[in-house]
Amino acid sequence: MESIGKITSRTVVMPTNDIDTDQIIPARFLTTTSRDGLGQFVFNDLRRDSNGDDIADFVLNQPQAAGCAVLVGGKNFGCGSSREHAPWALLDYGFRAVISTEIADIFKNNSLKNGLIPVVVDAEIHQRLIANPGIEVTIDIETRTLTLEDGSAVEFPIDSFARFCLLHGIDQLGFIQQQLAAIESFEEQRSWTP
Amino acid sequence: MSNDKTLFEKVWDDHVVVAETPDTPAILYVDLHIIHEVTTPQAFSLLREKRFPVRRPDLILATMDHSTPTTPVTTFKDLDVVAEGAANQIRQMEVNCKEFGIELLGFGSIERGIVHIIGPELGATQPGKTIVCGDSHTSTHGAFGALAFGIGTTEVGHVLATQCLLQRKSRTLVIDVEGNLSKGVTAKDLILGIIGKIGVDGGIGHVIEYRGDAISALSMDSRMTVCNMSIEAGARAGMIAPDDTTFEFLNGRPRSPRGADWDTSVARWRELRTDDGAKYDKSASISASDLGPMVTFGTNPGMVVGINDAVPDRPSDPSFRKALDYMQIEAGKPMTHNDVDVVFVGSCANSRLSDLQEAANIVKGRKVADGVRMLVVPGSQQIKKDAESLGLDKIFVAAGAEWREAGCSMCIGMNGDIVATGKLAVSTSNRNFEGRQGVGARTVLASPMTAAASAITGKVADPRPFLRDE
Repeated sequence: MESIGKITSRTVVMPTNDIDTDQIIPARFLTTTSRDGLGQFVFNDLRRDSNGDDIADFVLNQPQAAGCAVLVGGKNFGCGSSREHAPWALLDYGFRAVISTEIADIFKNNSLKNGLIPVVVDAEIHQRLIANPGIEVTIDIETRTLTLEDGSAVEFPIDSFARFCLLHGIDQLGFIQQQLAAIESFEEQRSWTP
Repeated sequence: MSNDKTLFEKVWDDHVVVAETPDTPAILYVDLHIIHEVTTPQAFSLLREKRFPVRRPDLILATMDHSTPTTPVTTFKDLDVVAEGAANQIRQMEVNCKEFGIELLGFGSIERGIVHIIGPELGATQPGKTIVCGDSHTSTHGAFGALAFGIGTTEVGHVLATQCLLQRKSRTLVIDVEGNLSKGVTAKDLILGIIGKIGVDGGIGHVIEYRGDAISALSMDSRMTVCNMSIEAGARAGMIAPDDTTFEFLNGRPRSPRGADWDTSVARWRELRTDDGAKYDKSASISASDLGPMVTFGTNPGMVVGINDAVPDRPSDPSFRKALDYMQIEAGKPMTHNDVDVVFVGSCANSRLSDLQEAANIVKGRKVADGVRMLVVPGSQQIKKDAESLGLDKIFVAAGAEWREAGCSMCIGMNGDIVATGKLAVSTSNRNFEGRQGVGARTVLASPMTAAASAITGKVADPRPFLRDE
């Protein structure tokens, strides 16, 4: 994974609560054996009608959404299915971060492992972001801060290990593999075997 | 400091290979890794690319369920009935398992079925184990006092390569369920009631432990239904302390311990309960006696209402209004007002033998209403066989329902079993998300009894008038 330090972008706002991973990428697109090229299906059933034509009202189809890398969602974003295809699709589409008051556990884990930054903010900041779509924000992984268009900054929580891996482009699998001796000794010493 | 621990803490502590620090998560050992065709291909590709072997193929349970057809497959040519992508994924699963030395319970195996059905059925799911799978409903296995949760594909790769996961310890939420479920009210109604109460985000960051008289009284099938939907409350996992009901269920299953090993295991499993002085981070309670049959009216499992109660309204909540619009449901009226197009009995929430029996008991001697399609999909090939030996297939077919091969089927709609746009489905599955069962499909989650009663009447229906003495 490439190292990630800072993301500066305008926001796209989808204020609906409980945007589940089935909405982010519907199940019928999960028959792939690759992780690439899923951006074309992101929010497919909200973006396109039954003929496959773009729905003009949908936020991602509006011209001001072009090039926006930060998605502001309603609370409990990414709930439901554990499909990692959801962060793969969002990243492939061009998103680099998701902001909400609540981000579902599995989606958050999957996102951090792929370099999509989950940013949890309080209700006041969230309201401000929702009321002002398209503002430019900066997400700084190093300082754990989200800076708004007026220069005001708030801290957001991010797991320290995930943050370290993002900043240095470290592969988490390699970290576990370095503990091979501990894994072997655990297997030998446990009081029962599965 | 007290040494008293919760059930979760006991299982967690027993699997810590390297302890958690402020800077690094714990390395947690995985006892059972369940894999299927949809969330593993990219993990196998990584292993192939890096030339890593699978560390413990003996701790993997592999099957195919999500994108498999529910019409009979005897040769790979039969796969042409599903989309080319799905067929390719199924073939790739065969290739991956063969190449990495993993036994695959594939087509033709009586042991094939939905991942969360076959783990318990084979006795591979056991108290005190850590169990993971690239599927959020892995929480099901917590019904046995296992710590079981869904993971992403990157993590599937981690477990394949190392048998371990990087994990931060979750917080704990205890849900006390007192009283008794009334006749016609099931574990499905209970868990829908719980999610309605704590919300679809009520469990974020937490492992739930369900306890109380009403939980102790549940069969293992019912406990699995409860734990299955823990993720629908946002929880990392759901757990129930093992007891005699658990041990009775596991005794004699193909992968359960045997002989002296069985006795040692049961003695160890009996220790897996929360100590009296242990503390939970959060608590909630619900009375089982107060619950009637529950149905969802919106587009998440927390939007739930009693079968005869009016659908609520929240005019100032745009997300709520959007859900009612999508569902074409009118606030202020009960769900029984709505016509039904499709009834699905199946999924890892409700496709076990007792679920099929409950539905068959209502359907027996009656007819599925005109214009309603009823699909019954057993959770495993073994359940299918057992149901057929009880004649359940004949009851369903005589009523006009379709009787299928095992798989996830219409719960996720990846295999061609879908609900058409705008149609209303009463489904025993666990997700009523927009488009979950097909583009524009409208899903009402319910128990197998409620689903069966709805199939007979052609409306969302209270099952209680249809119950027969057993």
